[in-house]
Amino acid sequence: MTIRISADDFDLSTEVALLRAAQPQVGAVVAFVGTVRDMNDGAAVAEMALEHYPGMTEKSIQAIVDQAHTRWQLFNTVVIHRIGPLLPLDQIVLVAVTAAHRGEAFAACEFIMDYLKTEAPFWKKEQTPQGARWVDARATDDAALAKWQGQS
Amino acid sequence: MNIELRFFASLREALGVSQESVSLPDNVTTVGDVRDFLVARGGIWAEALAPQKVLRMAYNQNMSDPGTALTAGCEVAFFPPVTGG
Repeated sequence: MTIRISADDFDLSTEVALLRAAQPQVGAVVAFVGTVRDMNDGAAVAEMALEHYPGMTEKSIQAIVDQAHTRWQLFNTVVIHRIGPLLPLDQIVLVAVTAAHRGEAFAACEFIMDYLKTEAPFWKKEQTPQGARWVDARATDDAALAKWQGQS
Repeated sequence: MNIELRFFASLREALGVSQESVSLPDNVTTVGDVRDFLVARGGIWAEALAPQKVLRMAYNQNMSDPGTALTAGCEVAFFPPVTGG
């Protein structure tokens, strides 16, 4: 599995090709790409900056991916998260997983994203016409996480 | 005991500090005690770390809660709820 925190952009096709290279047991690949929107909470977003906690970031994503591998039969996982300044249309995050069948792949990909949103130490700061502002955490992210808890 | 402190995002900006080595009195033994100790500095510390502010905390780069016990040389971080992805 691969975990990468980087200012550099990524190429989805390249990452998926690497993820499933020489693995004929793979029957399903699910990938999620998060991108920068030009609008958030009613304000136009001109630019965004992503801060993180080096060391803890990698460690927390590793723990999330490990949990996913315990829960589902997965072959491989890649998580790439960008940091630094980003513009609308830019890619922010990639989570891709491989499994034998789609059910496990869909579930694991969503699980990793839901946990990453609430546990990985990243913070977004947006530039809007009213000035710079830190993005607030959303209650919907906690709700998304809750659906995985209490299930075995 | 000496520990390392880290602050991130809006909290880092409010305090004007991203990291600090601090020597703690003997009665400061948990992550929550560290928060109280910093609030007692007054001023912006009391404001930014006030109990009603929703903050997350980490002990040695793992999410922790106020009851987590400190160890000599550990790293304790305070930050707002995360917003990545």
